[in-house]
Amino acid sequence: MSLINAILEQLLNGLRTGSIYALIALGYTMVYGIAKMINFAHGDIIMVGAYTLYVCVSLLHLHPILAVVITILVCALLGVVIEKIAYKPLRQAPPLAVLITAIGVSYLLQNLALLIFKATPIPFASIIKVPSIKIGGVHVSGLTIVTLIVTTISMILLTLFINKTKAGRAMRAVSEDKGAAELMGVNVNQTISITFAVGSALAAVAGVLFIAQYETLLPTLGALPGIKAFVAAVLGGIGSIPGAMLGGLILGIIESLAKAYISTQLSDAIVFSVLVIVLLVKPSGLLGKMKIEKV
Amino acid sequence: MKKFTKFVSAVAAVSLVAAPMAVSADEKTFLLGGSGPLTGAAASYGTSVKQGAEIAIQEINDAGGAQVGEDTYKLELAFEDDEATEDKAVQAYNTLMDKGINGFLGCTTSGSCIAVAQLSQQDGILQITPSGSAEGCIEPDNAFRICFSDPEQGVAMADYAVDTLGYKKIAVLYNVADEYSTGIYDAFTAEIEAKGAEIVDAESFNTGDVDFNSQLTSIKGTDAEAIYVPAYYQDITYITKQASELGMELPFLGSDGWDGVLKTVTDPATVEGCIFTSPFCASVDDEKVVNFVKAYQDAYGETPDQFAADAYDGVYAFKAAMEEAGSIESADMIDAMTKISVSGLTGDPITFDASGAAVKDVKFVTVKDGQYTYVE
Repeated sequence: MSLINAILEQLLNGLRTGSIYALIALGYTMVYGIAKMINFAHGDIIMVGAYTLYVCVSLLHLHPILAVVITILVCALLGVVIEKIAYKPLRQAPPLAVLITAIGVSYLLQNLALLIFKATPIPFASIIKVPSIKIGGVHVSGLTIVTLIVTTISMILLTLFINKTKAGRAMRAVSEDKGAAELMGVNVNQTISITFAVGSALAAVAGVLFIAQYETLLPTLGALPGIKAFVAAVLGGIGSIPGAMLGGLILGIIESLAKAYISTQLSDAIVFSVLVIVLLVKPSGLLGKMKIEKV
Repeated sequence: MKKFTKFVSAVAAVSLVAAPMAVSADEKTFLLGGSGPLTGAAASYGTSVKQGAEIAIQEINDAGGAQVGEDTYKLELAFEDDEATEDKAVQAYNTLMDKGINGFLGCTTSGSCIAVAQLSQQDGILQITPSGSAEGCIEPDNAFRICFSDPEQGVAMADYAVDTLGYKKIAVLYNVADEYSTGIYDAFTAEIEAKGAEIVDAESFNTGDVDFNSQLTSIKGTDAEAIYVPAYYQDITYITKQASELGMELPFLGSDGWDGVLKTVTDPATVEGCIFTSPFCASVDDEKVVNFVKAYQDAYGETPDQFAADAYDGVYAFKAAMEEAGSIESADMIDAMTKISVSGLTGDPITFDASGAAVKDVKFVTVKDGQYTYVE
């Protein structure tokens, strides 16, 4: 295999992981944009998604497409419920209280999964069975193709939703200025609920792709991609939707190339160093908007 | 596999002592002490050792006991929980000595073994660890072991890969954060190079990693003829699946940590044809193994693992030592250890050298048609 082909394959690996990060990062960034909070339970929605899919496919023997739809609905609903129960009562509370609550919710979800499904990893065969193809000596696995197509479609749909629909316009208005939006007759509570639903639905899609790739269910499986996606969201500029997409892809590619050509042990250090450098040069992230506080 | 460093556990020490068996007055009893984790994160190891030893003792007693000179001894097990921590291991050992044990089958994990070694040396008691694989476990003259040490496995696989399978270029993927994996990796690499073959690529990962695509893609870009992965079965599950996704067709070689991989892979085809070193395989068609597995399943409702088999052989080593020595004095049994030969589950025969290590053939297990079998 030539060096060019090897690099192309590593780039594809990075793109695939990166697009999963990007899907998750979108949830972080949307929630931050509107509710001004970091939802640390977001990573665990991926885990809930993976387990829901497992229950639907392996235990209830539903058709995979139906199972994916149910998974997305369950996660969207869960996101809304979490917001209503855990975060809404704290809307006027200091940010730290909300942050701690989010971490609490994360632990709650993980431990519920631990209680129900036990700590032993559960093998779960991928529902995505697409043969791999070879393009000019470069081997592209079926899963990579599906992952890239699904993330691209998800991102296009999300962009259309935010820019073309009334609910999307409301979301943009609330993120711009919550008080003013409320005065203009935007239902802020409903908009926040929609945001959580959409963010969690994207996490569910990420969960389905994640479990198709790694095939092992663990109560803590959402933690690591959750943290990486959070870094991606900050890298791209938290609050910015194109930023989250870009951040996720960049993170995935840096990680993959660092592992392949520099050092496995240092790959995380390299990823975080890039984050630090970007934030030093551009504190609001790659595509983040610097807000000037008027006093 | 058996290397366990410290476990910090808030769990209170729970002492589990095997219920003393009814022994009639004129029968003599050899009290065998044992220790291992019965609670905590490594609980499955200690439980297996205890249960494997119980099966062997039951079998020996049913067959009439051990013949020591003129006397017949029945065996009895006293087993203490050491939670795989050093301080609990010392406590457990002292408790057993207070009970007046005649021999010590332990510890189950390397860290505990090393912690107890000095005490047992002072007491001069015969100690046989079923599964402590670190070098330090058998440093004292009174200590012996049943399992292979970590480096021995690496050397055995290197010899097999070069001499029998004829590979000249091998890639390695190992866990850089784990002593077990790095120990085998170092020994394997040194032996491969000594044999004149070549390690064309050595890739590493960290404990808890789930994505190995970058490392595997790098290996794919080399001209390696096989890939050696000394690691635990959960890592292997991810690695073999991702390798097949990447379209890799290199044969996999592994260490005893692979044992159990068929339970965690979603498609046995991903590990089909792999070859790994393993002291024991529960599903092989061997009369002794079949009988042991059946007795174990009847008693405990589960399939024995290598820890149970190591403990089973350990008990038979005690029996052989006391019969050879014609005495149950530890000093005599220790002298006899290098003369005995045990026909065990993990080796047939098993003998012991002066260093305390077991001398037995390394067994190679392969996955064929989705089943483990010994390589012919």
